[in-house]
Amino acid sequence: MIPDLGKYAVPVLASYGVSLVLLAGLVWASLHRSARVRRALDEIEGRRKTDG
Amino acid sequence: MNINALWAYANPKKFIETTDRVLPAVAWIAALMLAVGLVWGFFFTPDDFRQGATVKIIYLHVPAALMAINAWLMMLVTSLIWIVRRHHVSALAARAAAPVGMVMTLIALVTGAIWGQPMWGTWWAWDPRLTSFLILFLFYLGYIALWEAIENDDTAADLTAILCLVGSVFALLSRYAVNFWNQGLHQGASLSIRPGERMDMVFKLPLYVSMAGFVLLFVALVLVRTRTEIRARRMRALLARERMRA
Repeated sequence: MIPDLGKYAVPVLASYGVSLVLLAGLVWASLHRSARVRRALDEIEGRRKTDG
Repeated sequence: MNINALWAYANPKKFIETTDRVLPAVAWIAALMLAVGLVWGFFFTPDDFRQGATVKIIYLHVPAALMAINAWLMMLVTSLIWIVRRHHVSALAARAAAPVGMVMTLIALVTGAIWGQPMWGTWWAWDPRLTSFLILFLFYLGYIALWEAIENDDTAADLTAILCLVGSVFALLSRYAVNFWNQGLHQGASLSIRPGERMDMVFKLPLYVSMAGFVLLFVALVLVRTRTEIRARRMRALLARERMRA
């Protein structure tokens, strides 16, 4: 399935591997922080409503 | 179209409401374009007559480098809007874009080094474009650190905006360094329009798709992160009010 990369297999695969890991990490970190901050804000706003 | 209508999006509530509708579409199109561009480039393009299979690295390296520079330019525009009009959303958008730009710069540097080793016989050279990209990366780190180091949001926005103005010199240099100094290992523009330097369509089309994917991924991530920064800012304000009341 993988095309024949000849003697350049290591650099090509390493480039794709490192880049995809970095992009996936960036997407994960962005979504994870988004969910965490959203939960925390909901909690604080809920507390404000309860406390009046 | 009334350009003044754009300022309505400086309202955090309006920004979040609008991006609620836009974000899913942008994220899905970005994922699709990236998948198509990278799969097309990796699996369905031939080897280059000179560079062999390493030409496949171009589908990551060039779009990442493009976004590394343009992320900083976007930060420059939003920082200027903050300085002139004091819209918090624009300062937060600049803050949100910095980690995305930093990762794009890192991808450009790493893939460039991996590509350079078999082509130039070295991982690194103090070539004008490589050096200005490394300095741009350090500016991203400094910019992010400055935001984290200052507790007051408005002061942080002011100081990081100034840092962004200074760093813009290196963002521009990393794009035009090859033209300014006619030396070094790095080639000129990959998508040159000069005769004899034109890239064949078999390589160019998947590259355009991949570039569009990177642009849309950047937009989607900046929207997600700006929304997060808006919420985090509101959270800090509410916590400060709670502390004052206690």
